[in-house]
Amino acid sequence: MNSKTIFEKSHPGRVGTMPPPSDCPAVQACEVIPAARLRGAKPELPELTELEVMRHFVGLSQKNYSVDTQFYPLGSCTMKYNPRVNELVASLPGFTDLHPLSGCQHVQGALQLMYELQKGLAEITGMEAVTLQPSAGAHGEVTALFAIERYFKANGENRHIIIVPDSSHGTNPASAALAGFEVVTIPSSADGLVDLEALKAHLGPEVAALMLTNPNTVGLFDVHISEICRLLHEVGALVYYDGANMNALMGLARPGDMGFDMVHINLHKTFSTPHGGGGPGSGPVGAKGELVKFLPGPTVVKHENGYVLQKPEHSIGRVRMFWGNFLVMVKAWAYIRALGAEGVRNASRLAVLAANYMRVRLQEAYELPFKRVCMHEFVLSASKLKKEKGIHALDAAKALLERGFHAPTIYFPLIVEEALMIEPTETESKETMDAFVEAMLEIAEHESGETLHAAPRGLPVTRLDETQAARKPVLKQ
Amino acid sequence: MPYLPHTPDDIQAMMETVGVKDWDELFSFIPEELRLNRPLELPPALSEYDLVDYFKSLADKNAIFSNGSFLGAGAYRHFIPSIVGHITSRSEYLTAYTPYQAEASQGTLQTIFEFQSLICRLTGMDVANASVYDGGTAAADAVIMAHGQTRRSKVLVSRGVHPQIREVLATYLAGSGLKIEEVPLNPQSGETELGEIDKDTAAVLVQIPNFLGIVEDGAAISEKAHQAGALAIVEVSDPVCLAMLEAPGAYGADICCGDAQALGNPVAYGGPYVGFLACTQKLMRRIPGRLVGMSEDTEGRRGFCLTLQAREQHIRREKASSNICSNQALCALATTIYLSLLGPNGLSSAAQSSFQASQYLQRRCQEDLPGYSLALNGCTYNEFVLRCPEGKADELQQYLACEGIEAGYLLQESYPEFKDCLLLCCTELTKKAHIDELIERIKSFEEA
Repeated sequence: MNSKTIFEKSHPGRVGTMPPPSDCPAVQACEVIPAARLRGAKPELPELTELEVMRHFVGLSQKNYSVDTQFYPLGSCTMKYNPRVNELVASLPGFTDLHPLSGCQHVQGALQLMYELQKGLAEITGMEAVTLQPSAGAHGEVTALFAIERYFKANGENRHIIIVPDSSHGTNPASAALAGFEVVTIPSSADGLVDLEALKAHLGPEVAALMLTNPNTVGLFDVHISEICRLLHEVGALVYYDGANMNALMGLARPGDMGFDMVHINLHKTFSTPHGGGGPGSGPVGAKGELVKFLPGPTVVKHENGYVLQKPEHSIGRVRMFWGNFLVMVKAWAYIRALGAEGVRNASRLAVLAANYMRVRLQEAYELPFKRVCMHEFVLSASKLKKEKGIHALDAAKALLERGFHAPTIYFPLIVEEALMIEPTETESKETMDAFVEAMLEIAEHESGETLHAAPRGLPVTRLDETQAARKPVLKQ
Repeated sequence: MPYLPHTPDDIQAMMETVGVKDWDELFSFIPEELRLNRPLELPPALSEYDLVDYFKSLADKNAIFSNGSFLGAGAYRHFIPSIVGHITSRSEYLTAYTPYQAEASQGTLQTIFEFQSLICRLTGMDVANASVYDGGTAAADAVIMAHGQTRRSKVLVSRGVHPQIREVLATYLAGSGLKIEEVPLNPQSGETELGEIDKDTAAVLVQIPNFLGIVEDGAAISEKAHQAGALAIVEVSDPVCLAMLEAPGAYGADICCGDAQALGNPVAYGGPYVGFLACTQKLMRRIPGRLVGMSEDTEGRRGFCLTLQAREQHIRREKASSNICSNQALCALATTIYLSLLGPNGLSSAAQSSFQASQYLQRRCQEDLPGYSLALNGCTYNEFVLRCPEGKADELQQYLACEGIEAGYLLQESYPEFKDCLLLCCTELTKKAHIDELIERIKSFEEA
């Protein structure tokens, strides 16, 4: 069986890599620490040689699809190429060996880098200030909501409602709930945008903010965005920009100019840092006006004699230990420095062109619920295929895996039935996109629910019994 | 232009297919007044060679402490075997996303399952998740879990918990209605002095060893918490210690959280690290974040998949157990490889060496540095508090930095009651020569 776990490969007595031995005089723990506070037996960790460990993890890696091995058009995730020079500069010992509590005078290079990144991200998003502390997009969302909550409290206002569209990322309402807000979900209009009437109906003195992605999760730029921001501001509320889709807009338009008050950006999406199988990410948050004072701290400030870490005046405090996912920041700044202003604008332009190219080529065979020019991604529906041929979005996804492509995001956003959300990114060539389109067309034409029942074939496993996994969870060995 | 494959011909062909003649037409639905009609103000683009040069110049502005570091305080320099970086930089791990498509992600899924298993084995808990951001947010998650489980309104947090973790808790709980009450430390022993626990208490949170290095009596704390119907939460900031110290699960902790940075990840100016969160079976459905389960495919073969997703934000939205989506997967992979390589003997060796070096340093301080003393008499593992002669700690730290020694963490700011005190840390990378050098330099500081 080739899916043996590391524990099943263990042989007591084998040795992998040993840490350096101590040359300090020997002392037994029991001479110093009461026996009851000491561990009786060594932890049951596996025992393997270094080669066995190497084979195990290299073998497992070969069971993954990844950007470097397959086209990975996972909508909303911006799976662009991760430049390796970014990895190289992030592995410099002057960064990796740096202790987070070293005094500011010893870490001027790190602080300078963070300062430059803060400024660069503020410029790209049209914000006045940026904090790099949040570790991921959802972490950025909740950070901003903490700041919004504190801001209104400081103004003596009791605003406890956050509005989200029904097309929003699941993290938006979850972040709002975590920050103690009540969530009101509003429906989308027939053209996939914010329903202005529904929005107006919910506006009032209790509303703290609207959370919005623009382009939204069906890949459309909300043409009413200035009007939406005006409506919120009129009732004294704020507008929050979920920057998951910022890859569509770099150098083309800025959330700050649209009227958004706060943003988060995902360095692991727009700014090319690798997703690592689920993380680490980084979710810097930007703010304008009075909100700047409420950002978590410390942030990096430039003084006459150098860079220092300083808390904003009314800072909400920390949202994590230390200063953020520093090495991810290094990679993102390397990306921005490699591309420059023209490069990032070109990246966004080409991301949008690529998505539209694929949209046009696929909109006949699959349904396109919102028939309009899209931004960097688009959403198809397999509902017609489901009705006619029994092909669900899930089946189409598995059929793509079988053909050597990673699947699009499926069943999201929730407002589209049998959704297939496709985001090619700007780093995929036309030939790659053409091959994917051909595969999608071929699936629509030649396959059926029945033929795809056993898909994907030829991968390490076929479809897994998820019901059983949830009913009788086996979460460890 | 780097990373962009499209030739002018490709662009023209794609525009023709789309039916637009130029960029303006493609972006025509962005209202004119919202379009940025100037270049972004960013520094000029750099070639790969110049880029590396520039980042090297930044890295070189950071100090390297060539004569040793005694700074821990939540971030720990341990030995990292060379194959850890080799494996985590493999494309298939590095450039994959969250394993939503199980058939094409068995590598990532199985490594997460193994991470969960290793954390359970190390902490003695029943269930561990796929990782959270760091030790600070792990503590916040743990407290929120306890609040959900008990529906009680307050949490007791030991003053021995890392001050930055306590700051994170304050931020997370500010609007939640859950009150934080600080539990003081005994000024002599440095142990948490848990008084009466009332019926409004959801949980007691302690860090073991605590921030000041004291190995607390976890069993007594858990028992007291349980007697009042509260949960016991134990934070571990350098889990290498769990090869020597009793597993929190064994003395009754309901939740064990912490940071696994020390297990295979560099200190890296504070991140990325890897928060871990583990709990008893009873709390399984309250744990936030991703969980990987073992299952079977349609042909009866073993396979792994994300499970119990009904807790998560993409299904439950505002009713989810947490908002977390991205976690710290690649750092968790580093930890998985690290623990697999070191095994029980290697990890025990690292723990024993860290302890031994710290003991030697303590002895030398007491024997050879008149005017210096250990500030606390509680038992320690690899960190301890050194009290310096009055008014000198700050100056000493700066003096030693000039001598290439990173001399620990100045406690004064976070703990005014520990004025003139340094928190010193040793790991298996602390050689006898480093310690001897430190002692000699402190002596010359005193003579100067």
